[in-house]
Amino acid sequence: MLRDMLRRFLDDRYSHEARRQVLAEGHAFDMEVFGALAELGILGAVFAPEHGGYGGTGTDLMVVFEELGRAGVVEPFLGSAVLAGGLLAILDPDGQRDLIQQIINGEAIISLAHTEPQSRYDLTHVTARAQDQNGQVVLNGTKTHVQNGAQAGTLLVSAREAGGPFDADGISLFLVSGSSDGVGCIGYINVDGTSSARITLDAVPLAQGQRLGPPGQAIAALEAAHARATLALCAEALGAMEAAKTLTIDYLQERKQFGVPIGSFQALQHRLADMLIEIEQARSAVINLAGHMESDRLTRERHVSATKNLIGRVGALVAEECIQMHGGIGMTDEYALSHHVRRLTMVDHIFGDTDHHLERFIALSGTSDAIGKDDDARQ
Amino acid sequence: MDLTYTPEQEAFRAELRRFLAENLPEDVRDKVRLGKRLTKSEMQDWHATLNAQGWLAMSWPRKYGGADWDAVQRQIFEEEACRAYAPRIVPFGLKMLAPVLFEFGTEAQRQRFLPPILSGDHWWCQGYSEPGAGSDLASLRTRAVRDGDHYVVNGQKTWTTLGQHANWIFCLVRTDPDAKKQEGISFLLIDMKTPGVTVRPIVLIDGEAEVNEVFFDNVRVPAENLVGEENKGWTYAKYLLTHERTNIAGVGFSDAALATLKHVAAHTMAGGKPLGQNPHFAARLAQVEIDLLAMRTTNLRMVSAAAKGQAPGVESSMLKVKGTLLRQELSALLRRAAGPDAMPYLPDFLEGGDNADPQGPEHAPAAAPGYFNLRKLSIFGGSNEIQRAIIAKSALGL
Repeated sequence: MLRDMLRRFLDDRYSHEARRQVLAEGHAFDMEVFGALAELGILGAVFAPEHGGYGGTGTDLMVVFEELGRAGVVEPFLGSAVLAGGLLAILDPDGQRDLIQQIINGEAIISLAHTEPQSRYDLTHVTARAQDQNGQVVLNGTKTHVQNGAQAGTLLVSAREAGGPFDADGISLFLVSGSSDGVGCIGYINVDGTSSARITLDAVPLAQGQRLGPPGQAIAALEAAHARATLALCAEALGAMEAAKTLTIDYLQERKQFGVPIGSFQALQHRLADMLIEIEQARSAVINLAGHMESDRLTRERHVSATKNLIGRVGALVAEECIQMHGGIGMTDEYALSHHVRRLTMVDHIFGDTDHHLERFIALSGTSDAIGKDDDARQ
Repeated sequence: MDLTYTPEQEAFRAELRRFLAENLPEDVRDKVRLGKRLTKSEMQDWHATLNAQGWLAMSWPRKYGGADWDAVQRQIFEEEACRAYAPRIVPFGLKMLAPVLFEFGTEAQRQRFLPPILSGDHWWCQGYSEPGAGSDLASLRTRAVRDGDHYVVNGQKTWTTLGQHANWIFCLVRTDPDAKKQEGISFLLIDMKTPGVTVRPIVLIDGEAEVNEVFFDNVRVPAENLVGEENKGWTYAKYLLTHERTNIAGVGFSDAALATLKHVAAHTMAGGKPLGQNPHFAARLAQVEIDLLAMRTTNLRMVSAAAKGQAPGVESSMLKVKGTLLRQELSALLRRAAGPDAMPYLPDFLEGGDNADPQGPEHAPAAAPGYFNLRKLSIFGGSNEIQRAIIAKSALGL
């Protein structure tokens, strides 16, 4: 029911032309559409009932994000509701009840400021510090690729209270207003039309109560929230694959060369058939991950890496094959396919790429002692 | 076969390398190295530099101002120019139109059209593809009707690369709609300042408008601008597609891309060590280098055959397929190497602006746009599917 409602709304309100228009005007997203989606209850589907939502399971995330991906939605659902909102729900559900409710209502956008210029895909790589400076605890550091960081009123900033760059222990999360003294923000548009920001923290003063959870113990919550966000992102990629596939099937039937539809050429039929098989594999991988959100950490994380690796591989295949089968038209900005391709491609640059997750899957599976030890040392 | 270069060829290479080191402006070199977009004047200036040296028209006869290099010398130039991160030579006038004029044009046409290619006064573009004629190029419908001493042209061309800079276009036009589709096509030279010619840019997936649509609305073209015979244009187009294609493998581009990639892999940290030491990335890098080692020899084998006067036929199809796949793979690896820093879209940086904040290392902003842009390699100039069909038919006899 949620799926049907969401698809109907997006079919109706979220055409490729409308999306292009909003981005061409320099907006990060369409505030009106975002509000309307919040009214439909889409954000509530991301949160569990005990946190004020009505969903929150892996399946809920899969349903919502597959539809968002199908339409190429750039509105701030993933970074704000799933990732940052998810952390609020894990670390301080009672204390942050109001803020979570505002997220569900579409009244607040929050961003996790965690990745740093040198951290690439390592969750533990944090060098920003929260430390005493002249009798006042302050935050210092630089965060990058902060999803919707320039649109967020509130930032969830990771910083070290102890340890070195790759230590799992010692990382804390702090709620910081985007307008605090010492917070700098450079927003930018990404290749796929989404928006991110670089956040600088220059002696940002911290008060009691801004830290979520116990000091230095945020890594488990960060990992769990990233597991949910990775599921959402993979489901979004699945939706983009489905959209790209549909456009390609239509095009192969309608485009004529040498007097016949190009879909009548066996060379293309076989490639499309292979692609279809791979997309079904991608769907199964997303279902696997959705079903293991509540599993023990090791099982869940193995599925995170398995699914993200497979989605990265299939995403590249679908992106490249759909363009190739279209020919030049598939490369134009005017045509929806190129936007799905951009998103599919960039999905492999978020939360770890195929190589990162292949290595991580091997380590988590314990098939390589050397890498396993290395990984244990970092957990 | 001999895989070594002669002392003369090595001396030639050394001379080219010296020239490139001394004459390629550093800012242009950096733009090419980082995948930034060149301005029209930067491309023109580089052409002028090469022309002053007599090296712009590599394969032309000396009497027309060319260097008269053989295929191996041209290959050495491509390698060295790519290694030095020189701008590519815009091929449409120099490497595409000129050979057709040498083979099928009149002496008057050569005298009229060749000098302005060298001087840069004429910037040519290619009017082949149409919205309904891509892989099936011979189904083109742009019509040219003879009217006294003119042709009147109506129709539309598309995917016209750098057409926004061009002032002349060579076109395939239909002059006999009743003949078999390959037999009613003519090769016509059109001044783009003629009334009725409109150019509209097409923005592509990388955010750049590198290609254009060109519309012809009752455009009057002097009949003297017909190359060769009326209705023989398909023969000339095919000649153009199978000659001058020794660089089709783009080995020089791949060499340069591999050098960049190795540098990036050595300087990008992943999990506390250089990315080049990550076993998965190292394996990908090694695999593409192994392919490229063989490709270099495949290319050389076919180039030296061409230098002995054996025109490349089906070989150019093989070089195109494998060469373009390699270049695409290299661009995918560079994108992968950039990690999260591949995400920001920074047009100011790509256009060479000074104020753009790159957000990450200098190679990162062009990594994704470059990867997207190179999707074109397996589509244009006869898609890789068309090349495979040619291989199946001509080499395999299927």
